[in-house]
Amino acid sequence: MSMTFLRSPRLATSLSTASKNFVQQASVKHLHTSMKNQYAAPASPPPAEGFLPGVANSKLIKHTHHDALRNPELAGVANGETKKMNTFQAVNDAMGIALATDDTACVFGEDVAFGGVFRCTMGLSEMFGRDRVFNTPLSEQAIAGFGIGMAAMGSTAIAEIQFADYIFPAFDQLVNEAAKYRYRSGGEFNVGGLCIRTPCGAVGHGGHYHSQHPEAHFAHTPGLKVVVPRSPIQAKGLLLASIRDRNPVIFMEPKILYRAAVEMVPVGDYELPLGKAEILTQGKDLTIVGWGAQLYVLENAIQLAQKKMPGLSVELIDLRTILPWDVETVCNSVNKTGRLLIAHEAPKTQGFAAEIASTVMERCFLRLEAPIQRICSYDTPFPLVFEKFHVPDMIRCAEGIERAMKF
Amino acid sequence: MLSSQKINLSKIAAKAITPLSFRTFASSAVARNVSINLHQGSFESYNCDAPSLEVNISKEELVRMYKSMVVMRRMEMASDGLYKAKLIRGFCHLCTGQEAVAVGMETALTAEDKIITAYRCHGFTYMRGGSITSILAELLGRKAGISGGKGGSMHMFTPNFYGGNGIVGAQVPLGAGISFAQKYLGNKAATFSLYGDGASNQGQVFEAYNMAKLWELPSVFVCENNRYGMGTAANRSSANTSYFKRGDYIPGLKVNGMDVLAVHQAVAYAKEWTVSGKGPLLLEMETYRYGGHSMSDPGTTYRTREEIQHMRSNNDPITGLKQRLLEFNVITEDEMKAIDKAARVEVDQAVEEAKASPEPDVDQLFTQIYQKEAGVKSLRGREPEETHYY
Ligand SMILES: Cc1ncc(C[n+]2csc(CCOP(=O)(O)OP(=O)(O)O)c2C)c(N)n1
Ligand SMILES: [Mg+2]
Repeated sequence: MSMTFLRSPRLATSLSTASKNFVQQASVKHLHTSMKNQYAAPASPPPAEGFLPGVANSKLIKHTHHDALRNPELAGVANGETKKMNTFQAVNDAMGIALATDDTACVFGEDVAFGGVFRCTMGLSEMFGRDRVFNTPLSEQAIAGFGIGMAAMGSTAIAEIQFADYIFPAFDQLVNEAAKYRYRSGGEFNVGGLCIRTPCGAVGHGGHYHSQHPEAHFAHTPGLKVVVPRSPIQAKGLLLASIRDRNPVIFMEPKILYRAAVEMVPVGDYELPLGKAEILTQGKDLTIVGWGAQLYVLENAIQLAQKKMPGLSVELIDLRTILPWDVETVCNSVNKTGRLLIAHEAPKTQGFAAEIASTVMERCFLRLEAPIQRICSYDTPFPLVFEKFHVPDMIRCAEGIERAMKF
Repeated sequence: MLSSQKINLSKIAAKAITPLSFRTFASSAVARNVSINLHQGSFESYNCDAPSLEVNISKEELVRMYKSMVVMRRMEMASDGLYKAKLIRGFCHLCTGQEAVAVGMETALTAEDKIITAYRCHGFTYMRGGSITSILAELLGRKAGISGGKGGSMHMFTPNFYGGNGIVGAQVPLGAGISFAQKYLGNKAATFSLYGDGASNQGQVFEAYNMAKLWELPSVFVCENNRYGMGTAANRSSANTSYFKRGDYIPGLKVNGMDVLAVHQAVAYAKEWTVSGKGPLLLEMETYRYGGHSMSDPGTTYRTREEIQHMRSNNDPITGLKQRLLEFNVITEDEMKAIDKAARVEVDQAVEEAKASPEPDVDQLFTQIYQKEAGVKSLRGREPEETHYY
């Protein structure tokens, strides 16, 4: 029986001493922060949303007011205040603004009036009333269908599906009704006011049914938009844009990021553009595309690779919107660097990396200097104890970078 | 039509309470049988007669019920401890308070009957033959786990127990399909599909009702009404909280699910009903979970501590049976203490065994996705050399 998938740990031992130290430091830091932040009370269970070490110290996180507002996309709120917020608070803030600025907007889902499993809707029913923020029965198919009907009347429906793993009972409604209403009614009706929020992704212990990252299922459906934010500032702006966008949007929130790091989030009303990727670091040797929590893994992987390949210059891109995705930004970057690596948490076969790779191959064929690397989860159900082997971790990503560079 | 059905039903009702010949533990020692009268409010019926309140049952069976409930509670206490010690990761839903349902069902069924439920499945797994070690080891994600440690809390199965399911409501139409196969194969047995008061609002539950009635399947739909689905009280999620009436064209029974004998009696009745060709039946077990929904829910924000305390001190299934055992001189207090002690020893030992079991081998990540022989030769990893070949 082949054990080749164990290469990652072996690779770790073959890394240079410098990178080994990095790995050790990272894990010591992990232990330290996790003990401090999460396990202070001995009897309290680990948080349902898991814990991703290192995000709080990430360079991708905007720790200060000035850092946050330097972003030209935030020009509209550049003179306003910012406030410390975690991702779940930023999501909450966005919904608060949506409810305050749109009388037709309602928020509903399982237990959302009590704040929801991840506290994202905390306080909203008290502030806006139980007739606008309400609990639904346990009926995903009907939650989606109800939202579609509401949106067809021109209202704004902000629905929560408690975990992305539970969105499949609603799959028919989203794919056949939400996505096609405008088209099949010749423009008479549309469900532009529908936004489905759903927590997704690996958390360290979620097992088969609390870990999946199903963006690719929906990316196969013209008529839907699919968005995945990476941080508090991004979550607020992208969620407001998703709620107000005149198309049905599925907004997937990587749940491991809910409490992972605070940013200085503008308190005002702002939107970030859908369908637009963001270049996080400029580079010339290699383009790396990711979204959501995977970006922090990639950030570490890039550092690890740079220890081994000093001077390596990477262009890291947050795709942000999965559908419709920003072909221009990605292809311009690959035309410049000649190399591309895509990483995502969903399994490899038919994952969204395949779509990106295919388009880049068509558009940048003569510029490519190495095979496009797809670093993804394995083609297995999401495992419980093997999560650490399953997901595209830092070392597998670093290995992919090396492969792309040394081809 | 309904009235003619009712006439038939009364015959069945009468039959169901007599010798209980279909039971697993049909006792040879008839003399050791006792006859116990259930409380008046034990059943409420919808379009059928209620089972008799008189339960004839052997003393061995009663002791076995007691022992099973005590072990189950101990086992869940151990799970609770293992979770808090951070040895169990992920999601974990305990059935403490609801023991009478799994235990009373099992004593009325045979191995031919099938059960399927949702994630609150540890107790059913135990009753359907899963060892304590294999249940705890599964929770821990260890090799000795009942699913080889691959699934964890919600993923437990035995040959006549179809799981364990994490997707709320998904198990109910599966149960209809299982019962169809039983009917098709000519088995004289029934399938019991369990779901919660929250799950009862999933559309596929009603779709399954319709199929089961349309094709007169030996399907018993069992709603474990523990009054809450996560933090939502039943009356806030369900337009009709008489869950036993929600089958409309399917008759139903509400059962005191805190009394193991009432459960036993109702399940025997339901089995007889379905196996004799009357089609499906609904059972609503009125029960209560003492703890939170899962380990991350303290369970006290949406209900009062007084309510929990009240249920514990007035309706506890173990205390209730204990009183009956003493009242009918089935066993002595000392014998009961010995059972309690033995249960603790047994569970403690299982905890140690489960903890000692290693994690599954890493190659298990790739197995049991497809049938080996199905022609799938390999599963692709990240690059050609990482392809896993069967
Ligand atoms: C399709 C789906 N939606 C939501 C959930 C999350 N969830 C798990 S259990 C639960 C409550 C179910 O309550 P109930 O059916 O009453 O069962 P109980 O927990 O009381 O045993 C919810 C909302 C899920 N697992 N699957
Ligand atoms: Mg319930």
